[in-house]
Amino acid sequence: MKLIIATIKPFKLEEVREALTAAGATGMMVTEIKGYGAQSGHTEIYRGAEYAVNFVPKVRIELVVADALVESIISTIEATAKTGKIGDGKIFVLNVEEAVRVRTGETGADAL
Amino acid sequence: MKRKLSITSPLALFCLLPGTAMAQTTEATMDKGDVAWMMVSTLLVLMMILPGLALFYGGLVRSKNMLSVLMQCTTITAMVMVVWIFYGYSFAFGGGTGPFWGGFGKLFLAGVDMNSMSATFTDGVVIPEYVFIAFQMTFAAITPALIVGAFAERIKFSALMVFVLLWITLVYFPVAHMVWDEAGYLFNLGALDFAGGTVVHINAGIAALMGAIVIGPRIGFGKDMMAPHSMTLTLVGAGILWVGWFGFNAGSNLEANGGAALAMINTFTATAGAILAWAVIESLARGKASLLGAASGMVAGLVAITPAAGSVGPVGAIALGAIASLGCYIFVGPIKNKFGYDDSLDVFGIHGVGGIIGAIGTGIFTAPSLGGIGGADFSIASQTWIQTEAVVITLVWGGLVSFILFKLIDVAMGLRVDEEAERQGLDQASHGESAYHF
Repeated sequence: MKLIIATIKPFKLEEVREALTAAGATGMMVTEIKGYGAQSGHTEIYRGAEYAVNFVPKVRIELVVADALVESIISTIEATAKTGKIGDGKIFVLNVEEAVRVRTGETGADAL
Repeated sequence: MKRKLSITSPLALFCLLPGTAMAQTTEATMDKGDVAWMMVSTLLVLMMILPGLALFYGGLVRSKNMLSVLMQCTTITAMVMVVWIFYGYSFAFGGGTGPFWGGFGKLFLAGVDMNSMSATFTDGVVIPEYVFIAFQMTFAAITPALIVGAFAERIKFSALMVFVLLWITLVYFPVAHMVWDEAGYLFNLGALDFAGGTVVHINAGIAALMGAIVIGPRIGFGKDMMAPHSMTLTLVGAGILWVGWFGFNAGSNLEANGGAALAMINTFTATAGAILAWAVIESLARGKASLLGAASGMVAGLVAITPAAGSVGPVGAIALGAIASLGCYIFVGPIKNKFGYDDSLDVFGIHGVGGIIGAIGTGIFTAPSLGGIGGADFSIASQTWIQTEAVVITLVWGGLVSFILFKLIDVAMGLRVDEEAERQGLDQASHGESAYHF
Protein backbone atom coordinates (compact mmCIF):
# COMPACT_ATOMS: atom_id res chain seq x y z
CA MET A 1 0.00 0.00 0.00
CA LYS A 2 1.13 3.51 -0.72
CA LEU A 3 0.04 6.89 0.62
CA ILE A 4 -0.22 9.37 -2.22
CA ILE A 5 -0.16 13.03 -1.27
CA ALA A 6 -0.91 15.47 -4.05
CA THR A 7 -1.11 19.25 -3.80
CA ILE A 8 -3.15 20.71 -6.62
CA LYS A 9 -4.84 23.91 -7.71
CA PRO A 10 -8.15 24.24 -5.86
CA PHE A 11 -10.31 24.58 -8.98
CA LYS A 12 -8.95 21.24 -10.26
CA LEU A 13 -10.30 19.28 -7.29
CA GLU A 14 -13.58 18.11 -8.80
CA GLU A 15 -11.98 17.03 -12.07
CA VAL A 16 -9.25 15.12 -10.23
CA ARG A 17 -11.76 13.48 -7.89
CA GLU A 18 -13.87 12.20 -10.78
CA ALA A 19 -10.85 10.88 -12.64
CA LEU A 20 -9.49 9.13 -9.53
CA THR A 21 -12.81 7.47 -8.84
CA ALA A 22 -12.88 6.23 -12.41
CA ALA A 23 -9.32 4.97 -11.99
CA GLY A 24 -10.35 2.84 -9.01
CA ALA A 25 -9.68 4.98 -5.95
CA THR A 26 -12.18 4.05 -3.23
CA GLY A 27 -11.86 7.20 -1.11
CA MET A 28 -9.68 10.16 -0.35
CA MET A 29 -9.04 12.87 2.20
CA VAL A 30 -9.03 16.51 1.14
CA THR A 31 -7.65 19.53 3.01
CA GLU A 32 -7.55 23.19 2.03
CA ILE A 33 -4.00 24.31 2.60
CA LYS A 34 -1.68 27.22 1.92
CA GLY A 35 1.87 26.89 0.76
CA TYR A 36 4.40 27.80 -1.84
CA GLY A 37 6.91 26.21 -4.13
CA ALA A 38 8.26 27.61 -7.35
CA GLN A 39 5.18 29.86 -7.64
CA SER A 40 6.17 31.69 -4.44
CA GLY A 41 3.06 33.81 -3.95
CA HIS A 42 1.92 37.14 -5.30
CA THR A 43 1.58 40.74 -4.14
CA GLU A 44 -1.56 42.61 -3.10
CA ILE A 45 -1.82 46.39 -3.00
CA TYR A 46 -4.17 48.26 -0.65
CA ARG A 47 -4.00 51.96 -1.42
CA GLY A 48 -0.32 52.72 -0.94
CA ALA A 49 0.54 49.56 0.98
CA GLU A 50 1.95 46.56 -0.87
CA TYR A 51 1.91 43.15 0.78
CA ALA A 52 3.66 39.99 -0.38
CA VAL A 53 1.30 37.05 -0.03
CA ASN A 54 3.80 34.19 0.14
CA PHE A 55 1.40 31.36 0.81
CA VAL A 56 -1.06 30.58 -1.94
CA PRO A 57 -4.21 28.48 -1.46
CA LYS A 58 -3.94 24.84 -2.61
CA VAL A 59 -5.84 21.65 -2.04
CA ARG A 60 -4.08 18.62 -0.61
CA ILE A 61 -5.45 15.21 -1.57
CA GLU A 62 -4.36 12.16 0.41
CA LEU A 63 -5.28 8.65 -0.58
CA VAL A 64 -4.00 5.20 0.27
CA VAL A 65 -4.09 2.69 -2.58
CA ALA A 66 -3.00 -0.87 -3.20
CA ASP A 67 0.42 -1.21 -4.85
CA ALA A 68 -1.09 -2.33 -8.14
CA LEU A 69 -2.99 0.92 -8.51
CA VAL A 70 -0.17 3.34 -7.65
CA GLU A 71 1.12 3.99 -11.16
CA SER A 72 -2.30 4.63 -12.68
CA ILE A 73 -3.38 6.86 -9.78
CA ILE A 74 -0.25 8.99 -10.12
CA SER A 75 -0.62 9.32 -13.86
CA THR A 76 -4.31 10.16 -13.46
CA ILE A 77 -3.56 13.00 -11.03
CA GLU A 78 -0.73 14.19 -13.21
CA ALA A 79 -2.92 14.27 -16.30
CA THR A 80 -5.99 15.91 -14.77
CA ALA A 81 -4.35 18.46 -12.44
CA LYS A 82 -2.04 19.75 -15.12
CA THR A 83 -2.58 23.18 -16.63
CA GLY A 84 0.99 23.62 -17.81
CA LYS A 85 1.30 26.83 -15.82
CA ILE A 86 3.43 27.43 -12.75
CA GLY A 87 1.75 26.31 -9.50
CA ASP A 88 0.21 23.04 -10.72
CA GLY A 89 1.44 21.26 -7.59
CA LYS A 90 3.37 18.16 -6.62
CA ILE A 91 2.76 14.46 -5.92
CA PHE A 92 4.49 12.52 -3.14
CA VAL A 93 4.35 8.76 -2.57
CA LEU A 94 5.02 7.10 0.80
CA ASN A 95 4.96 3.54 2.03
CA VAL A 96 2.10 2.54 4.31
CA GLU A 97 2.71 -0.26 6.82
CA GLU A 98 -0.82 -1.07 7.83
CA ALA A 99 -4.45 -0.08 7.40
CA VAL A 100 -7.46 -1.03 9.53
CA ARG A 101 -11.14 -0.56 8.80
CA VAL A 102 -12.62 0.47 12.13
CA ARG A 103 -16.10 -0.97 11.55
CA THR A 104 -15.08 -4.50 10.53
CA GLY A 105 -11.52 -4.87 11.73
CA GLU A 106 -10.34 -5.77 8.20
CA THR A 107 -6.65 -5.03 7.63
CA GLY A 108 -4.29 -4.33 4.75
CA ALA A 109 -5.62 -3.71 1.25
CA ASP A 110 -9.02 -5.10 2.28
CA ALA A 111 -9.46 -2.12 4.57
CA LEU A 112 -9.09 0.43 1.77
CA MET B 1 -24.02 75.56 5.80
CA LYS B 2 -25.31 79.05 5.79
CA ARG B 3 -22.76 80.34 3.40
CA LYS B 4 -25.26 79.83 0.66
CA LEU B 5 -27.04 82.90 1.88
CA SER B 6 -24.35 85.32 0.93
CA ILE B 7 -24.47 84.07 -2.61
CA THR B 8 -28.07 83.55 -3.48
CA SER B 9 -29.61 86.28 -1.44
CA PRO B 10 -27.39 88.76 0.29
CA LEU B 11 -30.44 90.12 2.07
CA ALA B 12 -30.82 86.89 3.93
CA LEU B 13 -27.65 87.65 5.82
CA PHE B 14 -29.52 90.18 7.83
CA CYS B 15 -32.21 87.74 8.67
CA LEU B 16 -32.47 84.80 10.89
CA LEU B 17 -29.68 82.33 10.98
CA PRO B 18 -29.61 78.73 11.97
CA GLY B 19 -28.45 78.34 15.49
CA THR B 20 -30.16 81.48 16.54
CA ALA B 21 -33.33 80.55 18.24
CA MET B 22 -35.75 83.27 17.54
CA ALA B 23 -38.87 84.32 19.26
CA GLN B 24 -41.89 83.30 17.29
CA THR B 25 -42.97 86.23 15.27
CA THR B 26 -46.22 86.50 13.44
CA GLU B 27 -44.64 86.12 9.99
CA ALA B 28 -42.33 83.19 10.86
CA THR B 29 -43.74 80.01 9.39
CA MET B 30 -42.80 76.42 9.93
CA ASP B 31 -43.23 74.13 6.92
CA LYS B 32 -44.00 70.53 7.81
CA GLY B 33 -42.21 69.38 4.65
CA ASP B 34 -39.01 71.08 5.80
CA VAL B 35 -39.34 69.62 9.26
CA ALA B 36 -39.88 66.10 7.93
CA TRP B 37 -36.91 66.42 5.61
CA MET B 38 -34.64 67.67 8.37
CA MET B 39 -35.70 64.83 10.66
CA VAL B 40 -34.87 62.31 7.95
CA SER B 41 -31.57 64.05 7.22
CA THR B 42 -30.62 63.89 10.88
CA LEU B 43 -31.17 60.14 10.91
CA LEU B 44 -29.25 59.75 7.65
CA VAL B 45 -26.22 61.38 9.26
CA LEU B 46 -26.54 59.06 12.26
CA MET B 47 -26.58 56.14 9.81
CA MET B 48 -23.34 57.47 8.29
CA ILE B 49 -21.62 56.76 11.61
CA LEU B 50 -23.51 53.65 12.69
CA PRO B 51 -23.12 51.44 10.85
CA GLY B 52 -21.63 53.29 7.83
CA LEU B 53 -18.31 54.64 9.04
CA ALA B 54 -17.95 51.86 11.62
CA LEU B 55 -18.14 49.15 8.92
CA PHE B 56 -16.06 51.11 6.42
CA TYR B 57 -13.27 51.35 8.97
CA GLY B 58 -13.94 47.94 10.53
CA GLY B 59 -13.48 46.13 7.23
CA LEU B 60 -10.13 47.85 6.71
CA VAL B 61 -8.49 46.61 9.91
CA ARG B 62 -7.33 43.09 10.72
CA SER B 63 -10.02 40.80 12.08
CA LYS B 64 -8.51 40.86 15.58
CA ASN B 65 -9.27 44.59 15.80
CA MET B 66 -12.69 44.66 14.13
CA LEU B 67 -14.75 45.13 17.28
CA SER B 68 -12.45 47.79 18.71
CA VAL B 69 -13.20 50.04 15.74
CA LEU B 70 -16.94 49.39 15.93
CA MET B 71 -16.84 50.05 19.66
CA GLN B 72 -14.88 53.28 19.29
CA CYS B 73 -17.35 54.65 16.73
CA THR B 74 -20.30 53.64 18.91
CA THR B 75 -19.09 55.07 22.20
CA ILE B 76 -17.73 58.26 20.65
CA THR B 77 -21.15 58.86 19.10
CA ALA B 78 -22.89 58.34 22.43
CA MET B 79 -20.47 60.50 24.40
CA VAL B 80 -20.57 63.40 21.93
CA MET B 81 -24.37 63.37 22.02
CA VAL B 82 -24.39 63.74 25.80
CA VAL B 83 -21.72 66.43 25.73
CA TRP B 84 -23.57 68.24 22.94
CA ILE B 85 -26.64 68.55 25.11
CA PHE B 86 -24.67 69.50 28.24
CA TYR B 87 -22.55 72.27 26.69
CA GLY B 88 -21.54 71.52 23.08
CA TYR B 89 -24.55 73.14 21.46
CA SER B 90 -24.12 76.20 23.62
CA PHE B 91 -20.39 76.50 22.85
CA ALA B 92 -21.12 76.29 19.12
CA PHE B 93 -24.50 77.97 18.73
CA GLY B 94 -25.29 79.42 22.16
CA GLY B 95 -26.05 82.87 20.84
CA GLY B 96 -22.81 84.44 22.07
CA THR B 97 -21.39 87.12 19.80
CA GLY B 98 -17.70 86.25 20.16
CA PRO B 99 -15.95 85.19 16.94
CA PHE B 100 -14.60 81.95 18.42
CA TRP B 101 -17.28 80.47 20.63
CA GLY B 102 -20.99 80.62 21.38
CA GLY B 103 -20.92 81.11 25.13
CA PHE B 104 -22.80 79.57 28.03
CA GLY B 105 -26.24 80.81 27.06
CA LYS B 106 -27.70 77.42 26.19
CA LEU B 107 -25.98 75.05 28.61
CA PHE B 108 -28.21 71.99 29.06
CA LEU B 109 -30.34 73.48 26.28
CA ALA B 110 -31.48 76.24 28.61
CA GLY B 111 -34.45 78.09 27.25
CA VAL B 112 -35.17 75.65 24.43
CA ASP B 113 -38.58 74.01 24.32
CA MET B 114 -40.75 72.52 21.60
CA ASN B 115 -41.94 75.93 20.53
CA SER B 116 -38.39 77.25 20.00
CA MET B 117 -37.57 77.79 16.37
CA SER B 118 -34.33 78.11 14.40
CA ALA B 119 -33.98 80.12 11.23
CA THR B 120 -33.34 78.62 7.81
CA PHE B 121 -31.93 80.30 4.74
CA THR B 122 -35.28 81.73 3.78
CA ASP B 123 -36.53 84.81 5.54
CA GLY B 124 -39.40 83.92 7.81
CA VAL B 125 -39.14 80.16 7.36
CA VAL B 126 -38.18 78.31 10.53
CA ILE B 127 -37.69 74.78 11.80
CA PRO B 128 -38.01 73.57 15.39
CA GLU B 129 -34.80 74.26 17.29
CA TYR B 130 -34.81 70.69 18.59
CA VAL B 131 -34.45 69.48 15.01
CA PHE B 132 -31.56 71.86 14.37
CA ILE B 133 -29.90 70.78 17.63
CA ALA B 134 -30.28 67.09 16.72
CA PHE B 135 -29.05 67.63 13.16
CA GLN B 136 -25.95 69.48 14.31
CA MET B 137 -25.43 66.91 17.04
CA THR B 138 -24.91 64.17 14.46
CA PHE B 139 -22.25 66.32 12.77
CA ALA B 140 -20.44 66.77 16.07
CA ALA B 141 -20.59 63.00 16.61
CA ILE B 142 -19.23 61.90 13.23
CA THR B 143 -16.25 64.24 13.21
CA PRO B 144 -14.26 62.69 16.09
CA ALA B 145 -15.37 59.23 14.94
CA LEU B 146 -13.58 59.90 11.63
CA ILE B 147 -10.30 60.42 13.49
CA VAL B 148 -10.08 56.89 14.94
CA GLY B 149 -8.94 55.45 11.59
CA ALA B 150 -5.55 57.12 11.97
CA PHE B 151 -4.48 55.18 15.06
CA ALA B 152 -6.67 52.10 14.70
CA GLU B 153 -5.31 48.78 15.96
CA ARG B 154 -3.15 50.30 18.75
CA ILE B 155 -5.00 53.10 20.59
CA LYS B 156 -5.88 52.69 24.26
CA PHE B 157 -9.66 52.91 24.58
CA SER B 158 -9.73 55.13 27.68
CA ALA B 159 -7.12 57.49 26.23
CA LEU B 160 -9.19 57.81 23.06
CA MET B 161 -12.31 58.77 24.97
CA VAL B 162 -10.41 61.41 26.96
CA PHE B 163 -8.93 62.76 23.75
CA VAL B 164 -12.32 63.00 22.05
CA LEU B 165 -13.86 64.77 25.03
CA LEU B 166 -11.11 67.41 25.06
CA TRP B 167 -10.92 67.66 21.29
CA ILE B 168 -14.59 68.40 20.67
CA THR B 169 -14.47 70.96 23.47
CA LEU B 170 -11.34 72.77 22.34
CA VAL B 171 -11.43 72.20 18.57
CA TYR B 172 -14.77 71.11 17.16
CA PHE B 173 -17.17 73.43 18.98
CA PRO B 174 -15.04 76.55 18.41
CA VAL B 175 -14.47 75.73 14.73
CA ALA B 176 -18.17 74.98 14.18
CA HIS B 177 -18.94 78.36 15.74
CA MET B 178 -16.31 80.11 13.64
CA VAL B 179 -17.60 78.68 10.37
CA TRP B 180 -21.37 78.35 10.86
CA ASP B 181 -22.52 80.85 13.44
CA GLU B 182 -23.46 84.34 12.30
CA ALA B 183 -20.96 85.76 14.79
CA GLY B 184 -18.22 83.35 13.75
CA TYR B 185 -14.86 84.56 12.51
CA LEU B 186 -14.74 82.54 9.30
CA PHE B 187 -18.43 83.07 8.65
CA ASN B 188 -17.83 86.78 8.53
CA LEU B 189 -14.79 86.39 6.31
CA GLY B 190 -17.21 85.01 3.73
CA ALA B 191 -15.71 81.52 3.62
CA LEU B 192 -17.96 79.01 1.85
CA ASP B 193 -18.48 75.74 3.70
CA PHE B 194 -21.88 74.41 2.81
CA ALA B 195 -21.97 71.17 4.79
CA GLY B 196 -18.76 71.04 6.74
CA GLY B 197 -15.73 70.37 4.55
CA THR B 198 -13.63 72.53 6.83
CA VAL B 199 -15.34 71.94 10.14
CA VAL B 200 -15.71 68.20 9.77
CA HIS B 201 -13.24 66.82 7.26
CA ILE B 202 -10.18 69.06 7.35
CA ASN B 203 -10.57 69.27 11.11
CA ALA B 204 -10.75 65.49 11.53
CA GLY B 205 -8.02 64.95 8.94
CA ILE B 206 -5.42 67.14 10.60
CA ALA B 207 -6.22 65.74 14.05
CA ALA B 208 -5.80 62.26 12.59
CA LEU B 209 -2.41 63.13 11.14
CA MET B 210 -1.23 64.48 14.48
CA GLY B 211 -2.54 61.37 16.23
CA ALA B 212 -0.76 59.03 13.83
CA ILE B 213 2.51 60.92 14.27
CA VAL B 214 2.35 61.10 18.08
CA ILE B 215 1.26 57.51 18.67
CA GLY B 216 3.70 56.03 16.15
CA PRO B 217 3.29 53.17 13.70
CA ARG B 218 1.75 49.78 14.46
CA ILE B 219 4.09 46.97 15.46
CA GLY B 220 5.22 45.34 12.25
CA PHE B 221 4.18 48.29 10.08
CA GLY B 222 5.67 47.95 6.60
CA LYS B 223 6.69 44.36 7.36
CA ASP B 224 3.69 42.33 8.50
CA MET B 225 0.62 41.59 6.45
CA MET B 226 -1.91 44.25 7.46
CA ALA B 227 -4.36 43.94 4.61
CA PRO B 228 -8.05 44.75 5.21
CA HIS B 229 -9.83 41.77 6.74
CA SER B 230 -13.09 42.34 4.86
CA MET B 231 -13.29 44.47 1.77
CA THR B 232 -16.90 43.30 1.58
CA LEU B 233 -17.83 45.09 4.81
CA THR B 234 -15.77 48.07 3.75
CA LEU B 235 -17.91 48.49 0.65
CA VAL B 236 -21.10 47.96 2.65
CA GLY B 237 -19.94 50.75 4.98
CA ALA B 238 -18.89 53.01 2.11
CA GLY B 239 -22.26 52.53 0.43
CA ILE B 240 -24.09 53.43 3.63
CA LEU B 241 -21.85 56.48 3.95
CA TRP B 242 -22.83 57.59 0.46
CA VAL B 243 -26.56 57.23 1.15
CA GLY B 244 -26.21 58.90 4.55
CA TRP B 245 -24.24 61.74 3.01
CA PHE B 246 -27.42 63.02 1.36
CA GLY B 247 -28.63 63.91 4.84
CA PHE B 248 -25.29 65.54 5.52
CA ASN B 249 -25.19 67.62 2.33
CA ALA B 250 -28.78 68.12 1.18
CA GLY B 251 -29.89 68.37 4.81
CA SER B 252 -27.46 71.22 5.34
CA ASN B 253 -29.80 73.30 3.20
CA LEU B 254 -32.22 73.21 6.18
CA GLU B 255 -35.22 73.32 3.83
CA ALA B 256 -36.61 70.84 1.33
CA ASN B 257 -36.36 73.01 -1.78
CA GLY B 258 -34.25 73.70 -4.86
CA GLY B 259 -31.15 74.31 -2.78
CA ALA B 260 -31.45 70.88 -1.24
CA ALA B 261 -32.03 69.46 -4.71
CA LEU B 262 -28.79 71.04 -5.96
CA ALA B 263 -26.87 69.60 -3.02
CA MET B 264 -28.47 66.24 -3.68
CA ILE B 265 -27.56 65.99 -7.36
CA ASN B 266 -24.04 67.22 -6.60
CA THR B 267 -23.66 64.49 -3.98
CA PHE B 268 -24.42 62.01 -6.74
CA THR B 269 -22.31 63.48 -9.53
CA ALA B 270 -19.16 64.41 -7.60
CA THR B 271 -19.04 60.95 -6.09
CA ALA B 272 -19.57 59.23 -9.42
CA GLY B 273 -16.84 61.35 -10.98
CA ALA B 274 -14.48 60.52 -8.13
CA ILE B 275 -15.08 56.76 -8.26
CA LEU B 276 -14.49 56.67 -12.01
CA ALA B 277 -11.41 58.85 -11.73
CA TRP B 278 -9.81 56.65 -9.05
CA ALA B 279 -10.52 53.50 -11.07
CA VAL B 280 -9.07 55.02 -14.25
CA ILE B 281 -5.99 56.37 -12.46
CA GLU B 282 -5.35 52.99 -10.84
CA SER B 283 -5.85 51.15 -14.11
CA LEU B 284 -3.34 53.38 -15.83
CA ALA B 285 -0.86 53.45 -12.94
CA ARG B 286 -0.73 49.76 -12.09
CA GLY B 287 -2.92 47.90 -14.52
CA LYS B 288 -5.71 46.93 -12.12
CA ALA B 289 -8.65 48.90 -10.71
CA SER B 290 -9.25 47.82 -7.10
CA LEU B 291 -12.44 47.88 -5.05
CA LEU B 292 -10.61 49.64 -2.23
CA GLY B 293 -9.67 52.25 -4.82
CA ALA B 294 -13.31 52.65 -5.85
CA ALA B 295 -14.42 52.93 -2.22
CA SER B 296 -11.63 55.41 -1.51
CA GLY B 297 -12.65 57.46 -4.52
CA MET B 298 -16.23 57.37 -3.30
CA VAL B 299 -15.31 58.83 0.08
CA ALA B 300 -12.84 61.32 -1.45
CA GLY B 301 -15.55 62.60 -3.79
CA LEU B 302 -18.08 62.87 -0.96
CA VAL B 303 -15.60 64.76 1.19
CA ALA B 304 -14.69 67.14 -1.63
CA ILE B 305 -18.29 67.99 -2.53
CA THR B 306 -19.25 68.61 1.10
CA PRO B 307 -18.25 72.30 1.24
CA ALA B 308 -19.29 72.84 -2.37
CA ALA B 309 -22.60 70.99 -2.56
CA GLY B 310 -24.79 74.08 -2.35
CA SER B 311 -22.91 76.36 -4.67
CA VAL B 312 -21.37 74.45 -7.58
CA GLY B 313 -23.13 72.98 -10.59
CA PRO B 314 -23.57 69.23 -11.20
CA VAL B 315 -20.96 69.20 -13.98
CA GLY B 316 -18.46 71.19 -11.97
CA ALA B 317 -19.07 68.69 -9.17
CA ILE B 318 -17.94 65.82 -11.43
CA ALA B 319 -14.70 67.67 -12.11
CA LEU B 320 -14.23 68.50 -8.43
CA GLY B 321 -14.74 64.84 -7.46
CA ALA B 322 -12.28 63.65 -10.09
CA ILE B 323 -9.64 66.15 -8.98
CA ALA B 324 -10.12 65.05 -5.36
CA SER B 325 -9.53 61.43 -6.36
CA LEU B 326 -6.34 62.34 -8.19
CA GLY B 327 -5.04 64.34 -5.23
CA CYS B 328 -5.92 61.68 -2.68
CA TYR B 329 -4.53 58.88 -4.85
CA ILE B 330 -1.18 60.60 -5.07
CA PHE B 331 -1.22 61.38 -1.37
CA VAL B 332 -2.06 57.97 0.05
CA GLY B 333 0.48 56.29 -2.22
CA PRO B 334 3.83 57.87 -3.02
CA ILE B 335 3.64 60.90 -0.71
CA LYS B 336 2.56 59.04 2.43
CA ASN B 337 5.08 56.27 1.84
CA LYS B 338 7.83 58.83 1.58
CA PHE B 339 7.08 60.24 5.02
CA GLY B 340 6.66 56.84 6.64
CA TYR B 341 4.04 57.73 9.26
CA ASP B 342 1.24 55.22 9.86
CA ASP B 343 -2.13 56.89 9.30
CA SER B 344 -3.59 53.40 9.24
CA LEU B 345 -6.84 54.02 7.36
CA ASP B 346 -5.71 57.20 5.58
CA VAL B 347 -7.91 59.64 7.46
CA PHE B 348 -5.66 62.54 6.57
CA GLY B 349 -5.00 61.21 3.08
CA ILE B 350 -8.71 61.06 2.24
CA HIS B 351 -10.57 63.42 4.60
CA GLY B 352 -7.79 65.96 5.09
CA VAL B 353 -6.54 66.11 1.51
CA GLY B 354 -10.01 65.63 -0.01
CA GLY B 355 -11.36 68.31 2.33
CA ILE B 356 -8.64 70.78 1.35
CA ILE B 357 -9.22 70.14 -2.37
CA GLY B 358 -12.96 70.54 -1.82
CA ALA B 359 -12.67 73.73 0.22
CA ILE B 360 -10.36 75.41 -2.27
CA GLY B 361 -12.22 73.94 -5.25
CA THR B 362 -15.41 75.51 -3.89
CA GLY B 363 -13.80 78.90 -4.50
CA ILE B 364 -13.24 77.90 -8.12
CA PHE B 365 -16.31 75.90 -9.15
CA THR B 366 -18.81 78.28 -7.52
CA ALA B 367 -17.99 80.68 -10.36
CA PRO B 368 -20.96 81.12 -12.72
CA SER B 369 -18.65 80.60 -15.70
CA LEU B 370 -18.03 77.08 -14.38
CA GLY B 371 -21.67 76.32 -13.70
CA GLY B 372 -21.77 77.52 -10.08
CA ILE B 373 -24.34 79.78 -8.50
CA GLY B 374 -21.99 82.67 -7.69
CA GLY B 375 -23.30 86.09 -8.67
CA ALA B 376 -22.05 88.23 -11.55
CA ASP B 377 -19.50 89.86 -9.24
CA PHE B 378 -18.09 86.50 -8.10
CA SER B 379 -14.31 86.49 -8.20
CA ILE B 380 -12.53 83.15 -8.31
CA ALA B 381 -9.29 84.71 -7.10
CA SER B 382 -10.69 86.46 -4.06
CA GLN B 383 -13.03 83.61 -3.07
CA THR B 384 -10.22 81.07 -3.45
CA TRP B 385 -8.06 83.27 -1.24
CA ILE B 386 -10.76 83.34 1.46
CA GLN B 387 -11.18 79.57 1.16
CA THR B 388 -7.44 79.07 1.53
CA GLU B 389 -7.44 81.28 4.59
CA ALA B 390 -10.19 79.17 6.20
CA VAL B 391 -8.24 75.99 5.37
CA VAL B 392 -5.02 77.32 6.86
CA ILE B 393 -6.73 78.57 10.02
CA THR B 394 -8.39 75.18 10.53
CA LEU B 395 -5.16 73.28 9.83
CA VAL B 396 -3.15 75.43 12.22
CA TRP B 397 -5.71 75.59 15.04
CA GLY B 398 -6.85 72.00 14.73
CA GLY B 399 -3.34 70.68 14.15
CA LEU B 400 -1.76 72.54 17.02
CA VAL B 401 -4.41 71.79 19.63
CA SER B 402 -4.66 68.15 18.55
CA PHE B 403 -0.90 67.70 18.74
CA ILE B 404 -0.76 69.17 22.23
CA LEU B 405 -3.71 67.07 23.40
CA PHE B 406 -2.18 63.85 22.08
CA LYS B 407 1.14 64.65 23.75
CA LEU B 408 -0.48 65.52 27.07
CA ILE B 409 -2.61 62.39 27.13
CA ASP B 410 0.37 60.27 26.14
CA VAL B 411 2.32 61.59 29.13
CA ALA B 412 -0.62 61.45 31.53
CA MET B 413 -2.07 58.03 30.76
CA GLY B 414 -0.38 56.58 27.67
CA LEU B 415 -1.98 56.61 24.23
CA ARG B 416 -1.15 53.05 23.25
CA VAL B 417 -1.94 49.63 24.54
CA ASP B 418 1.08 47.53 25.53
CA GLU B 419 2.86 45.38 23.00
CA GLU B 420 1.25 42.13 24.05
CA ALA B 421 -2.24 43.59 23.77
CA GLU B 422 -1.46 45.01 20.36
CA ARG B 423 -0.22 41.66 19.08
CA GLN B 424 -3.21 39.85 20.56
CA GLY B 425 -5.60 42.37 19.04
CA LEU B 426 -7.71 45.03 20.70
CA ASP B 427 -10.93 43.02 20.51
CA GLN B 428 -9.77 40.55 23.13
CA ALA B 429 -7.23 42.75 24.92
CA SER B 430 -9.43 45.85 25.34
CA HIS B 431 -12.98 44.55 25.03
CA GLY B 432 -12.85 40.86 25.95
CA GLU B 433 -14.65 39.55 22.89
CA SER B 434 -14.02 38.38 19.33
CA ALA B 435 -15.62 39.47 16.09
CA TYR B 436 -15.81 36.08 14.45
CA HIS B 437 -16.22 32.50 15.62
CA PHE B 438 -15.86 30.17 12.68
